[in-house]
Amino acid sequence: MFAERRHGAFFVCERAVGRRVILSRDRFGALLGALAADGYTLVGPTVRDGAIVHARIRGIEDLPEGWGEVQEAGMYRLRKRDDRALFGYAVGPRSWKESFFVPTLQLWRAHRQDGTFVVLEGARGAAPLALIGARSCDLHGVAIQDKVFRDGAFSDPDYEARRRGTFVVAVQCGQSGGTCFCVSMGTGPESTEGFDIALTEILDERGHRFVAEIGTERGLKFVEAVGFEPADDADVETALRIVAKTAGEMGRTLDTGGIRDLLYRNLEHPRWAEVADRCLACTSCTLVCPTCFCSSVEDKTDIDGEHAERTRRWDSCFTMDHSYVHGGSVRASIRSRYRQWLTHKLASWIDQFGSSGCVGCGRCITWCPVGIDITEEVAAIRATDGA
Amino acid sequence: MTVEELTTLLRDHEFLTGLDETDATQLASCVRSAHFAEGEFLMREGERSSYFYLIRTGRVALESNVPGKGVLQMESIGPGDVVGLSWPLPPYRVHIDARAVVPTETLAFDATRLREVMEGDHDLGYALMTRLYEKALRRLERVRLQRLDVYTAS
Amino acid sequence: MTELSSIDSASRDPWVPRPTRILRRKQETSDTFTLWLGVGEGGAPFAPGQFNMLYVFGVGEAAISISGDPDVAAPLVHTIRAVGTVTGRMQELKRGATIGVRGPYGNGWPIAEAKGKDVLIVGGGLGIAPLRPVIYFVLRHRSLFGRVTLLFGARSPSALVFRSELEVWRRRTDITTQVIVDHAARDWTGPVGVVPALIDSVPIDASKTIAMVCGPELMMRFTARSLLRRGLSAGDVFVSLERNMKCALGFCGHCQYRETFLCRDGPVVRLDRVESIFDRREV
Repeated sequence: MFAERRHGAFFVCERAVGRRVILSRDRFGALLGALAADGYTLVGPTVRDGAIVHARIRGIEDLPEGWGEVQEAGMYRLRKRDDRALFGYAVGPRSWKESFFVPTLQLWRAHRQDGTFVVLEGARGAAPLALIGARSCDLHGVAIQDKVFRDGAFSDPDYEARRRGTFVVAVQCGQSGGTCFCVSMGTGPESTEGFDIALTEILDERGHRFVAEIGTERGLKFVEAVGFEPADDADVETALRIVAKTAGEMGRTLDTGGIRDLLYRNLEHPRWAEVADRCLACTSCTLVCPTCFCSSVEDKTDIDGEHAERTRRWDSCFTMDHSYVHGGSVRASIRSRYRQWLTHKLASWIDQFGSSGCVGCGRCITWCPVGIDITEEVAAIRATDGA
Repeated sequence: MTVEELTTLLRDHEFLTGLDETDATQLASCVRSAHFAEGEFLMREGERSSYFYLIRTGRVALESNVPGKGVLQMESIGPGDVVGLSWPLPPYRVHIDARAVVPTETLAFDATRLREVMEGDHDLGYALMTRLYEKALRRLERVRLQRLDVYTAS
Repeated sequence: MTELSSIDSASRDPWVPRPTRILRRKQETSDTFTLWLGVGEGGAPFAPGQFNMLYVFGVGEAAISISGDPDVAAPLVHTIRAVGTVTGRMQELKRGATIGVRGPYGNGWPIAEAKGKDVLIVGGGLGIAPLRPVIYFVLRHRSLFGRVTLLFGARSPSALVFRSELEVWRRRTDITTQVIVDHAARDWTGPVGVVPALIDSVPIDASKTIAMVCGPELMMRFTARSLLRRGLSAGDVFVSLERNMKCALGFCGHCQYRETFLCRDGPVVRLDRVESIFDRREV
């Protein structure tokens, strides 16, 4: 059973999921503690090396209190806010990708025995993770990677193990990040599913608190454990207004109308050569992208050849190696590699997985050292379609 | 062989598809049936280009002798195709050996007579040259592909 | 941690190779060899056109098409060309050595679709290896198909793989077999030139022919062009494409050919699906 105050009276409701309550800042801190006590490993934002990154956090004390950021193409810097907001930023260079699809992984090791070899599977699984402060764009990113690694013809055992039981504390964005375009991609700024609890942070004269939307029974359990206040109409309205404001502040737009066919028919567009002049093939965009999933494997052996291991590590379609077939690389020019990345992300992905591969987080724009802007490239091709 | 028989054979050959009775009869005056036994040469590199052959059956190898390597077959020409591309233009010199690999039936044109016929009848000349161009073009395409050496691992 | 020592124990982890023993090996040409791998009682069933990831201990994996008879479950047969580190080391392995196997992966040749139709099989170089399983099947079930034509191309007579089988196929009167080589010495009495030359002259009923083509990509491109010139539609032509392959599971992203994961929706691809990019550079 569940109760909320509406129009000055308490209403007892049967279903808790979807309801909104108020968590004070302290209660939110207690929520983190409760998750940790229940065995979850907390992963959330924290300030490190001049950026807000995702890392293991102990609790509320590690969150980037009072920090925001300024982002533009090829530029990112932290800025001190004039309040104590815990989630007063948009997106940092890291996403949740590295928690589930880890950058390096020992897949297995093997040793020779009796003229054959024996394989030992790599260690599986970490404690269930609790994602703290997950943004809508990034949750879409996780769902997209689920399709790649877990829900296809094959399932990656390590990804599956790490994804099992993930607890999600989403945060509805209170500000856009300068290069954001989640509205164009239909991926935000409001999370409507895929969370246990979704928080909208409010700091005003009534106090520092969170409007918490209950997403699952599990989320309700934790909220009940730390205690809550009912949410009144005013608070709910404030929360919705915050998100609406963010939606109106997008730094970029991307017209996705017919984009798959647009890119497929413009493989020889002169724009590719223009962007190739700037692109360094540094792979930064693929590193920060929440959906890029390319990897490579390395097989190693020890000096006496008795032990072997296979490791998986992140890779990027921007490397020459990526398209290597005996004789040389199929995509030798940077032009062809940039074209591959963008066309895959926005077009082929739709054929492969039923949705765009881009979640509009803007990271590739921010973290490109020369400020190449995916939205600008698409707009340029669209403007001279068929050139 | 009678003129009628030659005319029929000419009109049946793939190279001359679409040629009418009159043109075929004209051509019959400068062609004869020629048979080559296995191993027999149709033409030798360096000699005067006296004949133009339409291959009816069999197989003709275009080959070159490479000092130190021996004879190398470059390409083989089969039924429906032609042997001899140097006869229309001076210096009328054969540039590659052509040898029957198996017993081969051909229609052999006297090149000098054929050039006279084409000079006298430009429409017929145009028809023959476009057909010859197509054969040469297809051969060039194949030779280019051959040069790419696709089966060799880098 | 799970220990996997039996080749028949199905590992739930799709990354882990099963050890198999080389029962027999044969050197086909100077750089091409065939291995027969022991796969236990259950055998290793596969569809013609599929491939395995073969693992050399401590060195790495290579995607190799299965080249054996699909109606014979064991041993597992692969014909391999030594072109890189892994396949180079594989060529040095002797009978009794162990090779890891993951698979089979990929889709196969469109045998069901070809039933009742004329079958035109075109193999260039080692492309004959992924085609051999479908040839075995077609010949064993000959009455299911119309006219059957096998066309093969190689660099030279000494580079021909499966020479004794080519002779067997050539002697059959219920199929047409033609072999062409890029160049040859005097003693070769067969055709000399490129595979499209055979396609230009062989009898084809374009209204009821399914063509299956495998070889170097350039050869497949020119072959496809010749087939279309003979009146086949792009929907009747199938090619087997090859790209860098690391996982064969659809995870690593390397084998993508625009939207097609060749490890999963390939390597056999219907031409009309890729026609618009088949002659594009660097796709």
